[in-house]
Amino acid sequence: MKDETLRKSNETDAALTASESEMQDISDLKDIRLAVEHCSVRVDNGMDDTKEILTDANLAVKPGDFITVLGGNGAGKSTLFNVIAGGIRPTTGRVLMNGEDVTSTSQETRAKYIARVFQDPKMGTAPRMTVAENLLLATRRGQPRRFKMREMAANHERFYELCKGIGNGLEEHLDTPAGNLSGGQRQALSLIMATITKPDLLLLDEHTAALDPKTSKQLMAITASTINEQHLTCLMITHRLDDALKYGNRLIVLQKGQIVRDLNAEEKKKLTMSDLLEFFEDGF
Amino acid sequence: MIISSIGQGMLWSMLGLGIFMTYRILGFPDMTTEGSFPLGGAVCVAAITMGVNPFLATLLGVLTGMCAGLVTGLLYTKGKIPVVLAGILVMSALNSVMLFVMKSPNLSLLNLPKIQDVFLPLNLPENYDTVFIGLLAVTIVIGLMSLFFNTEFGQAYIATGDNESMAKSLGIHTERMTNVGLMLSNGLIALSGALISQHDGYADVSKGVGTIVIGLSSIIIGEVLFGELSFFQRMLATVVGSIIYQLLILLVIRLGFDTTYLKFFSAVVLSLCMLIPQFKRALHLTTGFEKYFKKDDTVMSSGKANA
Repeated sequence: MKDETLRKSNETDAALTASESEMQDISDLKDIRLAVEHCSVRVDNGMDDTKEILTDANLAVKPGDFITVLGGNGAGKSTLFNVIAGGIRPTTGRVLMNGEDVTSTSQETRAKYIARVFQDPKMGTAPRMTVAENLLLATRRGQPRRFKMREMAANHERFYELCKGIGNGLEEHLDTPAGNLSGGQRQALSLIMATITKPDLLLLDEHTAALDPKTSKQLMAITASTINEQHLTCLMITHRLDDALKYGNRLIVLQKGQIVRDLNAEEKKKLTMSDLLEFFEDGF
Repeated sequence: MIISSIGQGMLWSMLGLGIFMTYRILGFPDMTTEGSFPLGGAVCVAAITMGVNPFLATLLGVLTGMCAGLVTGLLYTKGKIPVVLAGILVMSALNSVMLFVMKSPNLSLLNLPKIQDVFLPLNLPENYDTVFIGLLAVTIVIGLMSLFFNTEFGQAYIATGDNESMAKSLGIHTERMTNVGLMLSNGLIALSGALISQHDGYADVSKGVGTIVIGLSSIIIGEVLFGELSFFQRMLATVVGSIIYQLLILLVIRLGFDTTYLKFFSAVVLSLCMLIPQFKRALHLTTGFEKYFKKDDTVMSSGKANA
């Protein structure tokens, strides 16, 4: 059915030539960046009964996808992210990264492919290390840490340029401990750290939620342009419905631990704010 | 006497630097200290009595200390035993290990070679050999630590203590880092124990009691005196703190305090030092030293980043 709509959209919409090639990739099953197959997560709640916080989740992410993830509190969004990133091992099902089964690998191992930005600005940076030191750590994402000098001087200029591109004055604070930055700067730093190595998959976990509306908007714009420029594959949880509409080429909705909607670019385009609100209302 | 205290302060400062690696960087107090400190001494002295070269004997002490640290680390990271309890378990077990190594609760080095004997040909005045050994050891240790913290590995180690979940998300093996940290830390502590034993001329099973208090005191006295510092300066501050602590002890003894109750005094000193930030907050006081170091600090940190 999906293929049908795709073909239709290809025929009808001549303006979509740019995304056409991307859509043909979809039929090529080998070219899947991330696959979540029948993943369920059950937890014991201390008593005898168990609770299923993720139920038979299935998701195939193609390279270049920018997927927004919607869902109310407790819908299982963060659980899904933890399953992907390796923080939680699914009770059943498997996770494939570039076709390789990574279900039983640790979070540290998966860091090679997956970068993540958290909601809390404190989570993504080391507070007592300087901005430059944080960035330097991130350049070695997923690689072994050797007894080799860290080469700070060689990278300083590059870091300056990178931070300057963000446009919130971060470049002036390269030698400031990350803990002294504002929330917006810290989150921007987390974003640079997550994207500096061009990860195979970028997970954004409500990364603008803790910021004020203006800063949040700025960071979201920076995020979108970074993703575009580097052609990153990205999953983004958001509670801001306008962001969910505006960004991304695909949208999934979670409810009570299940992926209940999976809309492609075409379907997503037709969405309105009230449709989105309905997704939330269904859950409550 | 003052020279002797300064020398001893330097020897004890390795203990402070060892504890610094866990308490200040990884963020937990490591109780193994109370076992690895006398263990370093016990192994070193036992080896010397068996005819081993003092340098080699000291090295052996360091190695056994590292093993003790590794055991604590494995109990904590792999066994999921709370780190303080893991340390207490190892500390307790080490008591028997020391008795096994020395075959008695204490062992003397009377008429046997010691590491400070290398300075004999120089005909130094009394106690200066301790100062020189101390200086040499402190220079080497701080030099190596500075190098270590500037490697990729060292940076990952700092990150582990600073924000473990971030470190993990960057692919840093935080458990491995914790284990290595505990090994290095306890190696340093054992080095301190080995040098102190050679200075004192004997090793004793009960020497470890209260050492964690002494080590923490050095760190905290340094921090209270100098306030915000760069990484390198903080290590130096720990050495200064350790010397000041020994001078305080000397002062207390000179004042006629009964040395039997010295541990009580140590605990009071550490408690007071740890309370100072609270007093400062309540009374808006400064210790007066910060302003002299503030300017210096900004220079240092920019220098560090360029390094």
